[in-house]
Amino acid sequence: MKPGHGDVLLAEGDVEVAEDEERLIEEFRRQLDEGMWAAVPSAPAGRREATMVRDFAEVPRDAERVIFFPKAAGG
Amino acid sequence: MPVLLGALLLGLALLALLAFGPDLRRALWARRRSPRSPRHHLHDPGRERRAELKARELLRSVVGEEQYSMYRELGFIRSSGGGSGYGYLIYPQRPIVAFEEQSGEPLNEYCVLFPELDAEANGERLPDADDVLAKWMALSGDERGLIGDANMHAPGKTHDPARVRRDLLRLREWEGRRAAA
Repeated sequence: MKPGHGDVLLAEGDVEVAEDEERLIEEFRRQLDEGMWAAVPSAPAGRREATMVRDFAEVPRDAERVIFFPKAAGG
Repeated sequence: MPVLLGALLLGLALLALLAFGPDLRRALWARRRSPRSPRHHLHDPGRERRAELKARELLRSVVGEEQYSMYRELGFIRSSGGGSGYGYLIYPQRPIVAFEEQSGEPLNEYCVLFPELDAEANGERLPDADDVLAKWMALSGDERGLIGDANMHAPGKTHDPARVRRDLLRLREWEGRRAAA
């Protein structure tokens, strides 16, 4: 998510393809290094939820996407 | 005559310098001091509208059709609070409100922001639907963490409690209509 723009596609690929996975890991780390939070949306048994992830290894292999958004702060 | 006109213009220029001199000096100093300060984007309501439409599509794809309709029709979405008899109303760009499900009474306000990290963002904020989605994901994925980061206030600090009660009533009616349909 980008202020003033909405969502922007950062990277896409197949985690089963080594080259793609490496690129996805790199982008994942870059986003977290920049202070973003990462969430993986899912809908187990039809119930919508999101899981916060702090490491690429925590992203389920079948996840369709990871959404990065600015870290929350008390307002 | 030309001499008189020249003197008059000179006099006016001196008066203008006396009147605006300090402001002019400050403006020039500010420009010299920060020659590379980012330019402010011109306000473009079309751009904001496009960003919001894009953000709404993302919100819809993540929270599902029902919650999305709630946002579109009521202006907020509801999130359950771990099944302990309370829930949250998530408003765009305003504090999250915790409420007791049984009584429909507001409990607390949680003020949370998603400050821009991108220097190019230049004071812009997330589109409303992205702000709602960010709060929803953070509550869903790490409720304690988000609530811990937020500034907690009694109801009434930002939201009018009467308005929140009305929103809870609207929500109940809205859910009733959906269930009946």
